Amino acid sequence: MKNYYDVVVIGGGAAGMAAAIEAKNTGAKNILIIERNDELGGILQQCIHNGFGSIVFKKDLPGPTYAQYYIEQVKKTDIKIMLNTMVMDIINIFAPNSPSPARGEGWGEEGDGRKNFELIISSSIYGYKTLKTKSIVLAMGCRERTRAQIRLPGTRPAGVFTAGTVQRMVNIEGFIPGKNFVILGSGDIGMIMARRLTLEGCHVEKVLEIMPFLTGLRRNYVQCLQDFNIPLELKTTVNRIIGDNRVQAVETIKVDEQLKPVLGTEQIIPCDTLLLSVGLIPENELSIKAGIELDPFTGGPIVDENMCTNVPGIYAAGNVINIQDLVDWVSETGVVAGKNAAFYAMKEEELSSRKIILQKGENVRSVVPQYFNQDRIKDKSVNLQIRVIQPIEKRVNVQLYEDKKVILNFKKNYARPAEMITIKVNGDKLLNGLEGNKLKVSVSEVI
Amino acid sequence: MKKHFDFIIIGAGIIGSMIARFLSQYHADILLIEKESDIGMGASSANTAIIHAGHDPDPRTLKAKLNLMGNKMWGNIADELGIPFSRTGSYVVAIGNEEFKHLQPLYENGKKNGVPGIKIVKRDFILKAEPLLNPDVKGAILTPSAGIIDPFTATLAVCENAVRNGVNLMLETEFVDFILKDNKIVGIQTNKGTFTSRWIINCAGIYSDEVMHKAGIRTEFKIIPRRGEYMIFDRSKITLNSVFFPVPIKETKGILVTTTTHGNVIIGPNADVINNKEDKSTTHQGEDYVFNNAKKMFPSLDLKHVISQFSGIRATGNNLDRDFIIEIPEKIKGLINLGGIDSPGFASAPAIADNVVNLLKESGEKLLPKINWKAQNPAKKCFRELSYKQRATLIKNNSAYGNIICRCENITEGEILDAIHSIIPARTYDAVKRRTWLGTGRCQGSFDYPKVINILAKELKVPLTDINKKGKGSEFLFRQTKDLETNS
Repeated sequence: MKNYYDVVVIGGGAAGMAAAIEAKNTGAKNILIIERNDELGGILQQCIHNGFGSIVFKKDLPGPTYAQYYIEQVKKTDIKIMLNTMVMDIINIFAPNSPSPARGEGWGEEGDGRKNFELIISSSIYGYKTLKTKSIVLAMGCRERTRAQIRLPGTRPAGVFTAGTVQRMVNIEGFIPGKNFVILGSGDIGMIMARRLTLEGCHVEKVLEIMPFLTGLRRNYVQCLQDFNIPLELKTTVNRIIGDNRVQAVETIKVDEQLKPVLGTEQIIPCDTLLLSVGLIPENELSIKAGIELDPFTGGPIVDENMCTNVPGIYAAGNVINIQDLVDWVSETGVVAGKNAAFYAMKEEELSSRKIILQKGENVRSVVPQYFNQDRIKDKSVNLQIRVIQPIEKRVNVQLYEDKKVILNFKKNYARPAEMITIKVNGDKLLNGLEGNKLKVSVSEVI
Repeated sequence: MKKHFDFIIIGAGIIGSMIARFLSQYHADILLIEKESDIGMGASSANTAIIHAGHDPDPRTLKAKLNLMGNKMWGNIADELGIPFSRTGSYVVAIGNEEFKHLQPLYENGKKNGVPGIKIVKRDFILKAEPLLNPDVKGAILTPSAGIIDPFTATLAVCENAVRNGVNLMLETEFVDFILKDNKIVGIQTNKGTFTSRWIINCAGIYSDEVMHKAGIRTEFKIIPRRGEYMIFDRSKITLNSVFFPVPIKETKGILVTTTTHGNVIIGPNADVINNKEDKSTTHQGEDYVFNNAKKMFPSLDLKHVISQFSGIRATGNNLDRDFIIEIPEKIKGLINLGGIDSPGFASAPAIADNVVNLLKESGEKLLPKINWKAQNPAKKCFRELSYKQRATLIKNNSAYGNIICRCENITEGEILDAIHSIIPARTYDAVKRRTWLGTGRCQGSFDYPKVINILAKELKVPLTDINKKGKGSEFLFRQTKDLETNS
């Protein structure tokens, strides 16, 4: 395989494949997908339940079917794929105007303000080597929060797993890691695994949630818990894990409004497995090495409407930016990132003059993108993804405002922390109303 | 399998392993037994990972003498066996004027013990050395000879070297009772049969009291298990260069803040007296206590960056002076009795082994040195510590080193295979983890579990359902999907 590329996509899941295909369609020539697993598709391959594709395909598909559509698209092109390959580092961002250590056409010539990149890869197939590329799409996805991150005390036996790990064990490896389960966290993977394990003949005692509300999608609560008579206990968490070799029980405890344990409410629940579905974290260790600035609220790179990070030439797509609740949105960010990475490599990307910064207002935990480029959002509509802090089960106003002046207002039927609010912002309308360069976003009850 | 030995050592922690290595320099048949599925599973792998300088034991004790001597000896042993060990120095940090007054007596104690280079340093000096320290720091005692070590890797390297030099190691082998003949111990009963020996050496750690009671000695001696809880932080969020003790309270060294040889900050331990010697659980109370005390020295510590918690159990004895017991008891022949080896046991280990060899010599035992004794172990491959070129060459020669299994710590399939096929083979997930450091990072093994379970099953040629975390009863997988539920 050659060592020079126009666009390298790191990660061959939903975001990465969409990005690579779009880069190809946009006109980039040498495109490479680097995937650490032994197949394309990412986490979709273990998501054998339905619920994928309602926006992109207007269909209700299982994860592997959704992935297969993109895999076939990739295979129809000359996009190169490196499987079983890990990117170790992104380095040597060539300074503008520096003599290029790379050969080949269009590589960091004199006077060209664009940076190019080197990637170090490790693989049992391709060995340990360096690749060069004009642009990069980061699409490494996310990982699960673990026992340590929620600081769950007790013993350290076998039988404490994150829900996604068990999903892989059951759906890919074909093995059942327990008999009697307790699930901590009402995240989507946890609820989906509650149903999956029940169908495989396991007993799921209950699902516990420390918050006073569901943290996964409502449809998963109905289809995975209610339909299978699996109880959900809100405001409850695991106080400690019991058992030396294998989990023997968990002690649960109620929490108050401040999420502090209420003494005297402890209860011992015998079980052999504790599944954790306590949140996902964008995986950005590689991004940090590349000098990319992260948003502490999303855990992902700060991006603009083109999914471009603070390092020109490096784009991001999917769960690496923020945790999405639908794969369709993941693919959509992949399309945006792939298109613009191709433009960057082909030197057709317009440079921008003024940045509009998006700030968090009332009841908003995070906003993506974190800023717009004024020149680029003219005659365009761009997606804005908002996560709220508190649930509001009434009609809400999603407002974009400057000081006290509301520039755009959108109405939604409710706001829930588990469900991303996505709004389409008309660039012209926004620019017409905006005087400065700071825009605030709020989500509040319609009064 | 041999049935008769010159020496049987009960317990393959750092003390048992070190004594085995020291004795392996002589012509002798040695058996080292360990009740767990791997060596070093007790306090040897769950401690602060410090080779103490010896500033705080009472100068009249064996602890003081052996700590000083052991500290010196570790340098050479670490070199010989390629053990990660670094003399970072340590500080006893005084926050505020009241604590500063307590430094002087501690300094004098260290001086009496002969701690090399010990001195009191001023606020500016220590803040320059470690800017993250609480700015209210008034001064500190610096002991340059203190160091940090990877305690499991050290125990493993010492034990592997002993095995390489002919020591027989039996895992999952539990001491049951002594075999006595005319007031002399002539052997032991275990769950794996009986073995005879001229000498039995008690290195049973937190169970050392129960072992000596079976021999009918020191019936009043008891191990009072004191549990200590620890927390480990993500090294991409905070790093330190040294070891920091608070001014000590009561009988422990207090909650210290230190760095591991892997670069992670570690804090702990508290001291909880517990009833059950196997109760290695962590608690909310312990966590709060450890964290709040560590924060007094390092205010920027953040609970959000904790990546792992664990606890270890100290083998503290109830003897009045709390000193190490290392003796050949008069009441019974054939026993070398050790007990109460708590902190600074790890730092003292080489000196304790040397002490045991001397006791044997004094008792008239003829120890004949071997000519072909090997001081070193073959080098191990550690992918993450290699240069770009070394990695490329390694993978070219064996492609398994190109396959990254643990993405947070960059551990390769090749290193996992090495661990499974090493001289003391890893047969459980935790054994692979301790040898390779896989699964110790941010994801805590979420991604590598399925992969490592598969590799272990393939290499050990057993069904996937036999693969366990830390010995029988800790299996991960129960059955295949679509299988009928069995009553296991």
